[in-house]
Amino acid sequence: MQKDFPLIALRRAEKIAPLSLEDYESTNGFVALKKALRESPVSVQEQIKKSGLRGRGGAGFPTGTKQHFTSSSSSDSHTKYVVCNADEGEPGTFKDKKIMETDPFALIEGMLIAAYAIGSNYGFVYIRGEYYSSIQNIQNAIDIAYKKNYLGKNILGTGFNFEMSIFLGAGSYLCGEELTLLESLEGKRGYPRIKPPFPAEKGLWGKPTLVNNVETFVHIPFIIEHGSERYARIGTKESKGTKLFCVSGPVKKTGVFELPMGITLKELIENVCGGMKNDKIFKGALIGGAAGTFVDSSFWDTPLAFETLKEKGATLGSGAVIVIDEDSCLYTLMASILSFFKHESCGKCVPCRVGCKILHDTCTRQSINEESLMFMQNQATYMAQTSLCPLGQSPVLPLTTFIKFFKNSL
Amino acid sequence: MQKELSTKTINSILEKYEPQRHNIIKALHSLQDAHPLHYISNSILDAVSSFFNITKAETYGIVTYYSMFSIKPRGYHIIRLCQSPVCSMLNIKDLLNHLADRWQLKPGITTEDSMFTLETVECLGACDNAPAMMVNEQLYTELSKARIDEILTHLKEAYHKNL
Repeated sequence: MQKDFPLIALRRAEKIAPLSLEDYESTNGFVALKKALRESPVSVQEQIKKSGLRGRGGAGFPTGTKQHFTSSSSSDSHTKYVVCNADEGEPGTFKDKKIMETDPFALIEGMLIAAYAIGSNYGFVYIRGEYYSSIQNIQNAIDIAYKKNYLGKNILGTGFNFEMSIFLGAGSYLCGEELTLLESLEGKRGYPRIKPPFPAEKGLWGKPTLVNNVETFVHIPFIIEHGSERYARIGTKESKGTKLFCVSGPVKKTGVFELPMGITLKELIENVCGGMKNDKIFKGALIGGAAGTFVDSSFWDTPLAFETLKEKGATLGSGAVIVIDEDSCLYTLMASILSFFKHESCGKCVPCRVGCKILHDTCTRQSINEESLMFMQNQATYMAQTSLCPLGQSPVLPLTTFIKFFKNSL
Repeated sequence: MQKELSTKTINSILEKYEPQRHNIIKALHSLQDAHPLHYISNSILDAVSSFFNITKAETYGIVTYYSMFSIKPRGYHIIRLCQSPVCSMLNIKDLLNHLADRWQLKPGITTEDSMFTLETVECLGACDNAPAMMVNEQLYTELSKARIDEILTHLKEAYHKNL
């Protein structure tokens, strides 16, 4: 593990009063914004591109490229939007909440710099309806930022305008998918849209829109402040920077931990989390949440990064690490995942609507044996091929890896 | 206890928003929070549809899509018990059985005195301190049967004080 790495997303967590602008400014807050506003938008974009920052919401798309697509959209409209996806709903994930509760101004600063880089004057934060304390914190931070002219017209006398407000989710996992989120933001039922066009081309109200995760936005001020080279020294070849890992399950110390990309499961569990609880044996983990993949002890020394997990058929996703020991009930875990998908399927695509129910029913009504597992895997594969959005495409991931690693331990 | 929001209150809440479609979910949250029975009543459906100039069917479609909204009256305290994979592995079923046996609470049901509604929800993002539940806006973690009894007893007292 890289020993010498700076904290980025949690650099102020528990060190400052979250809603004190003085505390934020005295810990280099808004330094990056002031620096960015003195440069050209293209130069800011270039630095993000060079840093190698990839989206922290799960898909890992290069952030600089996304900014470039949005700013150079072929749309003839001058209006562009920046949207923060704070609809954290992936089971096992609780990192964005931590950021919003401990460093709300960093999110505002990250969104401001991203907006400046793509030429946008309007930003929205779409927060999960159940995250009451995050909603309150971000709203208060926005109000303070307006009073001090970090938001609004002619920001810090530079001529740059940016208006920002909050939108609330109302209990739909699917609204964490970027195009569905935009539908919901427009005040509609959360049904996914057909892609392409991607939001960079046609997003909110048909205008080019940059949608990034909370964790992605808070990395931007660090990159601008310390330079893309400093940032790119952290992490692995294709996954730069730090990552928030949300560890739950039977380990001694659970929680959100900021670590360099490429840390191994062994280091994470033994060094950071203090090892397994009650000295039980590590059996495996579900990485990336319900829409993630299972891994077993053969991943013990595998670096946790986008490319290294992909090579082995797994995914990093949102950074959720749900640990399983020898006593964990795998059947309960799988049934809970399938119940989750059944509940959250929006019903637009038949294969997903019917398929999620079949998967859940098969898992809970029949005895789980090799035959029923194969049946479920086939169903999930059909769903993945015929569903419009990531929800219907997801159950195949945990199912296939579950069968691969734990078929014989049920 | 009051059973419905007055037209005057509904309108005064709606007037805080521009009548643009994108404000509808925020407005519905505010109205539901203000309703003594924490739900989107028929009068709210009518008022919201007319304010945003959309059909009642469309408003109904929005309300019924999002699981935080209810078209059925609910209790003073809404208990949302997390049933995420992490909480499930920690025997959330035992807690559900306990809520049914000791408190006569079942998912989706409101008690006759309108004190409690129990709902099961997807991941509340408290997996590091699972099992978890929310009561209205308050999050409770590291639940056990004893802790649930303690919390609910306290809430019951708070309810009677507020009557």
